[in-house]
Order: sequence, then C-alpha cells, then structure tokens
Amino acid sequence: MSTVAHEHDHHHAPSGLKRWIFSTNHKDIGTLYLIFSLMMFFIGGAMAMIIRAELFQPGLQFVDPQFYNSMVTVHALIMIFGAVMPAGVGLANWMIPLMIGAPDMALPRMNNMSFWILPFGFALLISTLFMNGGGPAGGWTMYPPLVLQLGDAFPFLIFTVHILGVSSIMGAINIIATVFNMRAPGMTLMKMPLFVWTWVITAFLLIASLPVFAGAVTMLLTDKYFGTSFFSAAGGGDPVLFQHIFWFFGHPEVYILALPAFGIISTIIPTFSRKPLFGYASMVYATASIAILSFFVWAHHMFTVGMPIKGELFFMYATMLISVPTGVKVFNWIATMWKGAMTFETPMLFSIAFVILFTIGGFSGLMLGITPVDFQYHDTYFVVAHFHYVLLTGAIFALMAAVYYWLPKWTGYMYDEKLGKIHFWLSTIAANVLFFPQHFLGLAGMPRRIPDYNIQFADFNMISSIGGFAYGLSQLLFVYIVIKCALGGKKAKSQAWEGAKGLEWTVPSPAPFHTFETPPKLTKAMLEH
Amino acid sequence: MTSIFKKLIQAAFLLTLPLVAVAEWGLNMTEGITPISQKVYNMHMVSLTVVTIIGIVVFGVMFWSIFHHRKSRGVKPAQFSHSTTVEVIWTAIPLIIIIGLAIPATKLLIEMDDTSDSALTVKAVGYQWKWKYEYLEDDLTIYSNLDEKSVELSQRVDTANPMEHENYLLDVDEPLVLPTNTKIRILTTANDVIHAWWVPDLGWKRDAIPGFINDNWTMINEPGTYRGQCTEICGKGHGYMPIVVKAVSMDEYKTWVAEKKDSQEAAAAASNKEMSMQELMTKGEAVYKANCLACHQANGQGVQGVFPALAGSQIATKPENIKTHITHILYGKNLMPAFGQQLNDGDIAAVATYERNAWGNDTGDMIQASNVKAERK
Repeated sequence: MSTVAHEHDHHHAPSGLKRWIFSTNHKDIGTLYLIFSLMMFFIGGAMAMIIRAELFQPGLQFVDPQFYNSMVTVHALIMIFGAVMPAGVGLANWMIPLMIGAPDMALPRMNNMSFWILPFGFALLISTLFMNGGGPAGGWTMYPPLVLQLGDAFPFLIFTVHILGVSSIMGAINIIATVFNMRAPGMTLMKMPLFVWTWVITAFLLIASLPVFAGAVTMLLTDKYFGTSFFSAAGGGDPVLFQHIFWFFGHPEVYILALPAFGIISTIIPTFSRKPLFGYASMVYATASIAILSFFVWAHHMFTVGMPIKGELFFMYATMLISVPTGVKVFNWIATMWKGAMTFETPMLFSIAFVILFTIGGFSGLMLGITPVDFQYHDTYFVVAHFHYVLLTGAIFALMAAVYYWLPKWTGYMYDEKLGKIHFWLSTIAANVLFFPQHFLGLAGMPRRIPDYNIQFADFNMISSIGGFAYGLSQLLFVYIVIKCALGGKKAKSQAWEGAKGLEWTVPSPAPFHTFETPPKLTKAMLEH
Repeated sequence: MTSIFKKLIQAAFLLTLPLVAVAEWGLNMTEGITPISQKVYNMHMVSLTVVTIIGIVVFGVMFWSIFHHRKSRGVKPAQFSHSTTVEVIWTAIPLIIIIGLAIPATKLLIEMDDTSDSALTVKAVGYQWKWKYEYLEDDLTIYSNLDEKSVELSQRVDTANPMEHENYLLDVDEPLVLPTNTKIRILTTANDVIHAWWVPDLGWKRDAIPGFINDNWTMINEPGTYRGQCTEICGKGHGYMPIVVKAVSMDEYKTWVAEKKDSQEAAAAASNKEMSMQELMTKGEAVYKANCLACHQANGQGVQGVFPALAGSQIATKPENIKTHITHILYGKNLMPAFGQQLNDGDIAAVATYERNAWGNDTGDMIQASNVKAERK
C-alpha cells in the first residue's frame, strides 16, 4: 500500500502537556496507558520485593503482619488492575485501529476519559496505605467478614474498585464499537487479525463481569454502613454468597488478563516462523469457547467452602473441560512453528517462553481443578505458583513480547536486540527460580498469605526470594531498553519484521499521528493471516 | 507399531521417576495417615504423571521443531495453515484424558463426602486467632493457642531466632487429642471471620465460616502428632493459629478426657480464690501472651488505628474505668472478641491486673475473681 505509506501527515500533533491531557488520539492514549501500566508494574513490583524480603528467612525482619497483609492485597490489586489490564488496553488502543484500517477509536473522547480516571483511582488506592488503620489487608478477593474489619480505608477501597470498573467498561465499549463499525472495507470478521478477535471477546467479558463485581462491592459497602446483612450470617445473610458473586466476576477476569496475551502470541509466532497461523478458525472458536466456559467454572476457586457434592462435581467437570480449547491453542501455536523458518528475536523468545511456561501453569491448573486433590492444594503456595506462572510468565511475558514486537512501529527505531535477549534470559531464569520452588512449598504444606513460616520451609523461600530480587532488578533493564529505543537507534522500516503480516506494517515507522484517514484498499495478500 | 508405543510409554514413566523420588525429599505432598489421604496422594501423583508426560511430548515436539525448522539452517517455510484431521485428533485426545481423570476423582470425592456412621464428633471453631475444640459427645471444650515459645520467637526483634524451634509456628498449648482407628466427624465453623482448618496428613482442608457448619470426617490409622495451619486469610494473626492433632489409642483418649475435665473443674474452683499481687501478675502475663498480645502487642502499645494501646490508656489506668475494663474483656467491643466464655474469672482478674500494672501503668490496682464474677450477666 504505497499510497498509505507516503500519505502526508497533514495534522501536526498538539504539543506540550495539553497534547496528553486532552488527547483523543488513539496512539497517544495507547502510549499513556502503556507508560502508566509500566509505572504500576514497578509500584506493584516494589510491594512484591517487600513480600519476598520478609519471606527471605523465618521470623519477622522488616514489616508487621498487618502491613504484610496490606502488601499482599495491594500488590495483587495493582498488578491486575493497574499493570496487566491497562497494558492490554494500551496495546488495543495503539494496534486495533492500525490492524483494521480505522483512523482512530470509535469513541475518542470516552477513550480520553477512560484513561484519565485511572491515575485517580490508583492514587486513591495507594493513599489508603497511609490511612488510619492501614490499607486493605484482607486479600484482593475482599472476602467478608474480614474486609469489613478494615478501618478508614474501606470506603476508599470500594470507590477505587468502582472507578477502575468504570474505566475498564468504557474501554471495552470503545473497542467493541471500533471493531464492529470501523473496519476497512473487505476486512470481514473472519479476516481480522487474531489479536483483534481476542480483544473483542475480552471486551465482552469485561462488560459482562465487571458490573457484577461492582454490585458485590456495593453490597459490602451497604453491609458496613447502611445496616444491610447480605453477607452477615447473624443478620440472615451468607458470607459465602460474596465469594460466589466475586468469582463469577473473578474467573472471567482471569481470561480478561489471558485472552489478549493469546492474541499477541498468535500474532508473533507466525511472524518469526514465516508461516501462516495454523488453524485460524479453530483459534477464534477456542477463544470464544474459553470465554463462555469461563462463566461456568467460578466455584473452583472455592471448593473448600463446603458446597453440595453435585455442585463440586459440576464445577470440577466444567473446569477440566477448559483444558480442551486451551490445549487446542497450544497445539496450534506449535503447529505454526512446525516446518516454519524460525528466527529468534526477543519477541519470539518471549513468545516461546510463554507457550512453555503458560502451559506449565495450565498443568497445575488442571491439577487444581480436580476437587478431591484441590482440598490439599487450595490456599497454599501451590496456588501462588500456579497463578504466577499463568500471569507473570503468561500474561506479562506476552505483554513484554508485544512491546518488543511493536516498539519499532511506535518509535521508528529498532530496539537493542542484544540487550533485549539479555533481558529475556534474565527474566526467564529469574521467574523460574522465583516461582518453581513455590510448587514444592505448597505441596509441603505452606499456606499462602502468611508473613512468617516454619523452619522446614526456609530453604525454598530463600531461593524463591533470590529469584524475586533478580526478576525485579532485570526489569530495570527493560526500562533502559525502551528509553534507549525511544531516543534513537537503527531506523525501523515500515515493514520492521521480515515475516510480519497485517496492516500496521503498511504505515511508516514511526506510525504518523493520523493513519488511515481514508480506508485502505485491501488486497487478498494483505488479508492473509 | 504397538511395541514402539509401549516403549514410549515406558520411557515416559522412567522420566517421571524423579517425581516419585521427590516425595522422599519432602518436596511433594504428604501421603498422610488416613485411608483418604493416601487416595488423595495417589490421585495427585496420577494427575502429576499425566501432565508431566503431556509436557514431555508437547514440549519435545516443539523443541524438535525449534532445532530443525530454523531459518539459519536454510529451510524454506511451508505454507500449510490447517488440517481438520489433526485438529479433531488433538481435541479428542485431551477430552479422553480428562474423562480418564474425572472418573477416579468423582469416586474419591463421593467417598470423602460420606460422614455417616462416625463414632465421635468434634466441632472446630475458628477465632481470631486460635481454635476452639468442642468434643460434643464428651461435653468437653478446649482452646488451642500458639505455643508460648513461638509467640516469643515471632516478635520483630533482633534477638528472636526461629531456627531454635523445630515446630516454630506449628505448635500449640493444647493439642486436639483424637483416638486412632475411629471414624471421627469434624465440624468446622467460625466465630468472627472465615478461617480454614487444615492438617495435611488428614488429606483435606475445609473452610470455617461464621454462621455455617461444614462437616468432614477422618480416621487416623497411626498414633502420632500431626501439624497444620489456618489456610484462609483471617487478619493479622493468620499465620499464628496452627492446628496440632495428637492421635492416641482409644483408651488413652478416654483417660485424657477424664483428666482434662478434672483439671478444668479444679482450675475453675481455684480461680475463685483470692490471689496475691505476685500471683496475679505471673498468671496475668501468661494469659496476656496467649490471648491479648497478638493485637495489643508485647509492649501494650497496640497497632495505631486498628488495635488500641493499653499502656497509658484511659481504660487501663483510671480507677473509675475498672468495671469497663472487665466488661470489655468479658463481652468484647468492636473488633475485640468476647473472652467471657474462654477464660475463667481468675484468668480475667489476673490479666486485667497485669494490664493495669505493666508497661508503666503501675496503678497498683488488684482485681480479684470476685470482681469479675460481679460483672458477669
């Protein structure tokens, strides 16, 4: 598409602070989201460092148990809602219009608002740590009655959740409106890049699940201040009801974090295998199946609450069933590599690590899904290892891969490949030293969310902490690589990667402030996956 | 063809042998000491073996591809992008595998669920942060607190070295004594927030939820001491409310029940007598460590904004507040639980005296069991 590539940039980007505060440009808002999520990644990461420092050896060395619980709670909230979700939305903002040949997002002013309420939400959340009675300390799952014991921070916690929910729902509506209305002529749904597909499905998950969460925390609020007893047995309510409502949101939330990652991996592996994605249609159907099934498995997070056995069996079967479409995805990725001509640039390395390590997380997930054995695993470090494998070496590794993959398009420069590979190897080794021993800790009987432990758990905790510090430090290298790339380096071509397919590679690097002001004319070759 | 397949399976099993060895190094789940825990362990090993084999096969194929299908070897990429046959096969095989896992899991779950025909019932009640055990048939109630040595070693001071204590954070003052070779029903519930009762050697954990009662069962085959912990975050003291089960023969169990009842009666009777300041302070300190220290701290300073300080407080120093002091302990207030049921008059008198005279409070007030008795409604 040479006409697009040579299109002149008629509108000059506004300058100064106003450019960012009032921005309605999908690329600028995407950048804001990505920078914000990186900042949150470091704040949440600093809390993880406090946790690992305290667990370095038995006994209390650095923090009190109450503050430790706050760290566990706020680390999770920040990483989930502040780091992984906004990073996904940032990528969607940047890439979806470029991938479908749209000039911008469908609802640009709402786009601005959905980003700019986030910093306020997190300022509120972090401020709770300095309030009378300390920050939220009952776990990110906010189970009553414990969460109701929280001091002055309680209403701020609830309000934070509302704010973040509003932001995410606006983002989701925007993505759905964009994808359904603004595709270039000829880009039918089954021609869309898989990243776009996974994000549309994610957006529906957000719209369906977040209001439920908002409702649940509002019920907590009225229980605490307005005399209701939704979750208080003494008033005729049921504390377990909260867990059902929470996980009805919480399990789809897991896929809200994971599905965009699947989309990223499905984009990167074909590029560096120089071969079309294997089983495009089955990838779409598998993603949709996972999304639908995710609404029927919530109670596997709470097998130990004492459900009727028929309920436990239903949720066990439904949970095990999810491994089928997930397996299909993994097999498709490997079949894409099969007989390709692979090269191993940093995005590909992160993607391969994703396939292996996410699958290991999937394996422990299948084991956790087996109810009678889950009675042993539940709420131990085995679970902590499981969800960090799927979220850190899963979701976050995919996000890292995406940043390396599209950085040339964003900045116009190639990143330093050598440093990128060093970052990859440091991160991968450190993450495994950090989380693999936690499987053993859990099986040996160490509960999660405890600030101190018996001496039999000392060795593995020390190894895990060393891995944690190494992982945390390695991410500083990532920041250096990104800044270095933004400032200069080898010029990136519009087609930055030899094997890359998709409309985003038809526009110059860096992508001009406005792209596809007139819809691109799509050729058959351009619609190949 | 079949012999190749057999060899492959054998090789895969050999590769999983280290997993079995791991069990002996204390890295794996315990086999436990009940028929159920053994079955849970077996189910765990089956699923672990299955996923390990899948992992070896799937990652093996991937790595083979990574080594052979690389651009640097000059290969030209193939361009195929789907194959219905292959896709059907790799949807069907996982389905068959999970059905194979679901069948034994269902059987085991049904067996675990059957609490009928138990000979003895114990109700475990979670408190912030201790366990209460009620032996329903024997009409006996005990409270199980973290042991004193762990309390001392878990303080945030340089002198505390937990390595000195083998059962650090896994020991209690009063273990749950249970008879061996008896089907025991264990009910779990809670008094304040949700807790979870877990002894790995019994093969299960179950939440203890205020207002609801869950029932479970166990049958311990081997006498011994088995340790576990609360496994649902329940606030500041979540890591400090272990569970210790002491399994003894039925005869020993019966003797223990009789002795325990006698000693509780004796303690109740003794608690009514007048005590000297020395006696009150010594007893008070012990009661304080077991019941009050987790919130109000060893130095009586509490935790700002959550747990009020006792050192220098209005209630613990002003003479006109003595009655309020006693009723707070008896009936609780806000986050503070009621201790009237778990402590006798003498204990409460001693701890109130201790609080009024420790950490520089030095009021000289002496509270006797009779003062406490007067405040009971």
